[in-house]
This record gives sequence, structure tokens and C-alpha cells, in this order.
Amino acid sequence: MHAPDGFLNAATALTTGALSAGAVGVALRQSREQLADKQVPLAGLAAAFIFAAQMVNFPVAGGTTGHLLGGGLAAILLGPWLGTLTVTVVVVVQALAFADGGLTALGYNVLNMAVVTSMGGYAAFRLLRKALPANGTGVVVATGLAAGISVVLSSLAFSVEWLFGATAPIPFPTVLGAMVGVHALIAVGEGLISAVVVGAVLATRGDLVTGAADLPRAARAQRSSVGLRGFVAGGVAATLLVAGGVSQLAVDQPDGLERVAAETGIAAEGEHHPLSSSVFADYATSGVDNEALSLALAGLAGSAVTLGVGTGMVLAVRDRRGGSAGVADA
Amino acid sequence: MGAGHTHALYVHEHSVVHRLAPEVKIAAAFAFVFAAALTPRHAVWAFAIDAVALATVITVARLPVRFVLARMLVVVPFVAFAVTIPFIGSGERVDVLGVAVSQPGLWATWNIVAKATLGVAVSVTLAATTEIAALLRGLERLRVPAPLTQIASFMVRYLELIAGDLTRMRRAMSARGHDPRWLWQIRPLAACVGSLFIRAYERGERVYAAMRSRGYTGAMPVGDVGLAPARQWLLAANLPLIAGVAAGVALVMGP
Repeated sequence: MHAPDGFLNAATALTTGALSAGAVGVALRQSREQLADKQVPLAGLAAAFIFAAQMVNFPVAGGTTGHLLGGGLAAILLGPWLGTLTVTVVVVVQALAFADGGLTALGYNVLNMAVVTSMGGYAAFRLLRKALPANGTGVVVATGLAAGISVVLSSLAFSVEWLFGATAPIPFPTVLGAMVGVHALIAVGEGLISAVVVGAVLATRGDLVTGAADLPRAARAQRSSVGLRGFVAGGVAATLLVAGGVSQLAVDQPDGLERVAAETGIAAEGEHHPLSSSVFADYATSGVDNEALSLALAGLAGSAVTLGVGTGMVLAVRDRRGGSAGVADA
Repeated sequence: MGAGHTHALYVHEHSVVHRLAPEVKIAAAFAFVFAAALTPRHAVWAFAIDAVALATVITVARLPVRFVLARMLVVVPFVAFAVTIPFIGSGERVDVLGVAVSQPGLWATWNIVAKATLGVAVSVTLAATTEIAALLRGLERLRVPAPLTQIASFMVRYLELIAGDLTRMRRAMSARGHDPRWLWQIRPLAACVGSLFIRAYERGERVYAAMRSRGYTGAMPVGDVGLAPARQWLLAANLPLIAGVAAGVALVMGP
């Protein structure tokens, strides 16, 4: 997700920069007491942990690996404010000292990778906690779901930014479909890993999990073991559901190439007027003649094919280990 | 990305660029990429001027060309995405090698590739000529809130240690035959990340206690706070100035 310079236009870079600065300012104010008290060294160590945790290559399938993004996990372990601050620090240092992610892109990179994941992930976490039993299992399951949701929210945020600051003539629904589709898959891994990490911390130092601070000690320890195979299967099912839902918006235009062949030159370039009429025109038509069922089926079929092709590629390279294919990052 | 970068990109050298104050370099780098970002995509010559100006800085800084190029490879996934734009983009079609592609899409690809390449090149130059501690000092002088720069400096200070912890835990797991291949086999690895969090947090508590016992009250001692001398700013301003003038002329001239 570390987007380089030039991905979105300058106005969007500045706007998202202002939004990020505002959000970080709020996070600073909210955690002022905590930080003034003592916790600057602690927050620094926590940031180092997030940085290191992002370097762990997790197996995805047959030797390919992905890595954690960590925003949701940070928020659940440290609370939304400190979580936002630590991930922001990680993203900024990666851009400045490691040339990872552009400097003008810092506005939207911080917004998408730190602010939206931490705050959005934590909001989802609190909501899910209300629906789940108030014990260790509830916290772990809510973590898994919320961390997954945080990744999808992040991809949604990027899509919305594209709506305003597109630098290429690709319509919003296509970007939305592609971003959310890909990230729904990444979200399965993110959620699974975050859940197990929080479970492990709960088991030994449950008092360190800010998101479970409201639970008494006995309730934190109360855990039922969840089979990981079931978790993965559930996650893939959820992915298909999301893809089916999003495709309602995105599948509307079959495919860039065919569509353009059919109506050459109609779509506006969209460079100077990001909110060109064509984008909304697409929405309008999709609202009018939307055959929900067929679109959902098409979306599901698309995801299934993507999953199939992905798995096939994985199986094809599974015996060549060592060089990781690194699926989870883009 | 994300993987394998506890070591910063710093290249030890003695050059004018290395000697510039960090806040000057950070400001110049930001101004330069903003000028590049504002440059209209059709003004190919303006990007060429930017590239030459930046190449001059890299030469003056005596950075190895191979090093800079290798470090610029982080943008490859995004360039790969950009290359697909002409095929999926909309707009007027032109023939390239017998394939009809979108003309605005081609320009969009060029736009992203040019700006991303210039951006990563200036980032690499900044990181290669400025130590991390200096970068953070520069940010502080540019009025970034102190809690952020302090969190960052603690992070940078302990990153090697935390990453080392992680490496040892993983080595211990491998030595005992843990070799996960599938997503549902990650429980031990994720549990290891969980215990890494506990180790990092408890180390933070010990660090705080040690600092507290030596008189830490929540504020770090501040070194010299004066900004860099004007001639440093003037020297460093050349890079963004060239890019800014090029962008301005291109904007005025129109496509």
C-alpha cells in the first residue's frame, strides 16, 4: 500500500495531508495524558514492534507469503489514539528513511494505512464486541473480524480518494472493485494473524490488550479454541460475499476494453474534472437497470476464478521456495 | 515492501549534500516532489529538467549510481500497475505495435511512472545523505509535534533490538522443525508475534523505569534549536526552484 508520488493528483495529496494532520492532532490530544505521564518510551517500543511485525512473512498458500499491515492490531492492543500515532510514525519513517512510499503521497498513505485502519478498525472492534460474548473468545473473534474490516476500509478510502484525485482514465467503480476485491483476500490473512496475536497476548498478559481492558481477569482468560481451518474457510466465504456485493457496483461495466470498443470516445478523460459526469452517469445507470442477482453471480464467479487462478499459480510455484512471491502487498 | 528494512539507506560520505542541515534537505525534497507533482503530464521536457537537476544532486552527493537505482526498485509494483492502464483505461484508442490502447491511458502511465520515479529518487537521495537521527532532528525543527518525533526516535533506537528478538524466535522455531506453508498453519508464528509484543512492551516499561530513575520527567533534552544558516537554505532551494520554474513554465504554456 505504500503508494508512490504521482498516484493521486496534487490537490488530493494536499487535502488528505490536511485530513491526516488533523486526525493525528486529535490522536495527540487524546493521548496527551498518557504520553505526558510516561508512555513516550513505551509508545516508541510499540512502534518498533509494529515495524518489526510488518516484516514477518506469513505463509499464505504453498510457499507464497504476505505480511501484516498492522493498523487494526495496533489499535486493539494500544487503543485507537496511540495506535494511530504509532502506525503514523512507522509510515512516516518508512517514507523518509527508507524511501518506501512517496513524500507527497504521505497524506494519503498516512490516512489510508494509519488513520483509517486504526480508527476504523477500532470502531468496528467496539461494535463487534457489543454483539459478541464478553470474554476472551469474544475479543479474539472481534479482533479477527475488525482487523479484516480495517484492511477493506483502507482500500475503500483509497477508492474514494481516486474518485476525487484520479490521475488515470479508470472509472471509480473499476478501481473500487479491484481494490476492494484484492484487499478482501488480504483481509482474511490480516484478520487471522491479528486474532491469533491478540489471543497469545491475552493468554499471558491480558492486561496489555487495551481493547479488552473492560473485561475482568477471569473473563479475559475464558477462551474456546477456534479451528484455524474453519477460520480460513469462513474468511474465504466472507470474501466471496464481499466480492459479490461490491461487484454490484463494479461489474456494471463488463470490462474496460470491451466497453470502450462499444462506445469509443464517449467517456470523458476525467483528468481536469475528476468528478466528470461519466463517473456519476455510471452510477445512475447501475441504479436503474441493475439486475442484482445476475450481477452478484457474475461477481462471485469472478472472485472464484481469481481464487482458482491464484491457487493454481501458487501450486505451480509451490516447490520453488526461498524467493517469496509476496502476494499481500501492492 | 515492508520486509527487510531495519537498516536505513544511509551512505557514509563527505559531500556538500551530506553536510546540509536535515531540515533544509527535508524541506527541499518535499518542495521538489510537489513541483514535480504539479507539472502537467504533457510537458515531457519539464520532467527531463527535473531528472537532470536531481541527477546533479546525486552526483554531488557521490552516491553510487547502482545503489540509487537498486533502491528505486520499490516502485516496480506500482509501475507494473501503471503499465496496465492503457489497456483498461477509457478514451481515444491509438495503435501501439498493432494493439489498440487508450491514449489518455498512455499519458496516465507516463505521468505515474515519471512522478513516482522522481519521487523515489529524491527520497533515496534524502535517506542516503541523512542519518535517521538527523532526519528526526530536522522534523523537530520543522515544528513536527515533539511526541511524534520522540516516539519515532525511540522506535528507531530499539528497532534493531526488537527485530533481533524476532529473528532469534523464528530461528528457534525453524530449528525445531516449524516450516509453515499454508495460512491455517500460522498459529505458532502469530503467537510468536504476540510474545514479541509482550517483550517489546515490557522492555518499554524497563526503559521508562531506567530513564525515570535517572531523572526523566517526560521531556527529552533539546539540543541546539536554531535553524540552519540562510546560505544552506539558498543552496538547497536550487533543486525545488528549478523544478518549480519548469512546472510553472509548463503550466503557463499549456499542452
